[in-house]
Amino acid sequence: MDFFAFVKPKNELEASSNKPENVPFVPEEMWVKCPKCNAMLLTTDMEENLHVCTHCGHHFRLSVRQRIELLADRDSFREHDAELTAKNILDFPGYDAKLEKAKRNANESVCCGECRIGGIKTVLCVMNAEFMMGSMGTVTGEKITRAFEYATDAGLPVVVCTVSGGARMQEGILSLMQMAKTSGAVKRHSDAGLLYITILTDPTTGGVTASFAMEGDIILAEPDTLVAFAGPRVIEQTMRQKLPRDFQTSEFVLQKGFIDAVVSRDKLKSTVARLLKMHGYAEVE
Amino acid sequence: MSNAAKEKDKEKESFPAYEKVMAARDSKKLTAVDYISKMFGDSFIELHGDRRFSDDKAVVGGIAMLYDTPVTIIGIEKGRNTKERVERNFGQAHPEGYRKALRLMKQAEKFHRPVLCLVDTSGAYPGIGAEERGQGQAIAENLMEMMTLKTPVLTIVIGEGGSGGALALAVADEVWMLENSVYSVISPEGCASILWKDSSKAPQAAEALRMTAQDLFDLRVIERIIRQPRADDQAMFESLKLLVSRTFEKNLALDTAELTEQRYARFRRIGAIG
Ligand SMILES: [Zn+2]
Repeated sequence: MDFFAFVKPKNELEASSNKPENVPFVPEEMWVKCPKCNAMLLTTDMEENLHVCTHCGHHFRLSVRQRIELLADRDSFREHDAELTAKNILDFPGYDAKLEKAKRNANESVCCGECRIGGIKTVLCVMNAEFMMGSMGTVTGEKITRAFEYATDAGLPVVVCTVSGGARMQEGILSLMQMAKTSGAVKRHSDAGLLYITILTDPTTGGVTASFAMEGDIILAEPDTLVAFAGPRVIEQTMRQKLPRDFQTSEFVLQKGFIDAVVSRDKLKSTVARLLKMHGYAEVE
Repeated sequence: MSNAAKEKDKEKESFPAYEKVMAARDSKKLTAVDYISKMFGDSFIELHGDRRFSDDKAVVGGIAMLYDTPVTIIGIEKGRNTKERVERNFGQAHPEGYRKALRLMKQAEKFHRPVLCLVDTSGAYPGIGAEERGQGQAIAENLMEMMTLKTPVLTIVIGEGGSGGALALAVADEVWMLENSVYSVISPEGCASILWKDSSKAPQAAEALRMTAQDLFDLRVIERIIRQPRADDQAMFESLKLLVSRTFEKNLALDTAELTEQRYARFRRIGAIG
């Protein structure tokens, strides 16, 4: 047991009474509460454990930077099209303010670039939950399309980490069209005989599910990830009934036959690296 | 419409876009099977089933003669009366509907037969069975496969074009819309309730979403706006048929590589930067 073991909650009952202010010597900002089991977790422990709850295994959402650090070899990521940024193209009411807020975090809801994974040159796209819940706007679609076109020209495999609330309604029909545009780019990459691996992370829904998220040659998902076309709230409204507990989790869609494997975060990079190798991509240097 | 005119509309609290939404949803308007019978008469032979799970009656498909040319027709059908509407699931397809459509498109590709899609849906069905059977995957596969389908594809939105469920039949060489049809990423009600927590603001949302045929034409997302035909206006159906036939002729003359290249370029430029 490590040094902080004494503050690790042992069960849920203990966790719920274990408020940070009751524990001396540890400032509040060093704690985070697990939304699944309510355990109070030390941020230092969390970082060491790849932001997976040490208590129940819940996978916390990663930032783009954290996701790239998880998958790409150290310092190997080079971003493409970083300057491309969302605009209020339809003059949609209230969208400017939302964009302004979102742009404090990033320029768009996806970060695309090139890196090495296990020494293998790969195009990597990581969606950003902190930018308007990873919604797909025209620039999101454009960046993903460019990433696939670049990979097709360069003969590289593509790994996309999805997290999305769906299409971005403030960009109307132009946002919907990105589903077709990205799918076309994926198809061309596929027709060129190149490998595309999708990593579904929580939540992956709507127009992203109904386009490039479901188009990978190999589709992996993190545990307990929401994978849906219509989200649970929409379905509950239509059906007027409560949905089963595990409905639309990655384990559920695995059982239904729509993804290849559920992979825990600690095995994600090695799994991707092995798959890349098995498809004949060679390590550089 | 000029900005000044738009401002005036707002003052009067009139919502022309929402009127189009209402017209597109009008239960008395013609449905896909009406267009098929008026344009192709009794030459239409219906083909059923996705060969995987079932026959989704929200999607009607088959082969018909367009003058001397056999064509594949795939339509989303809402039903013309209460009984039919229940049977057709109000034009909300399940994954098997999209898979049936793809099967018929692949069949058309094999025989180099042009494909005409008629879209009229509020959206893909959001239900337990639809999710269990991969609604997202079914739509995604259509988007991918249609993009490189080696035969001409033409889509006409004849009523509602509801989001991904409509797009799954609209990755085409050209997309046309009837003047009283709409095509949108989300319903105005859904948009208003998510953004403004008030579905009664749907008329405002309809304006903001830019979902009318004219909006889409201005945004260069569609190629043509078609005058709304009345049921008894056979001359209008004849001219629509002629227009469809000319478009297919033009695209059949292209080399298939060129055809799919043009289709890709059509979508590639939407939202392209620089
Ligand atoms: Zn936990």
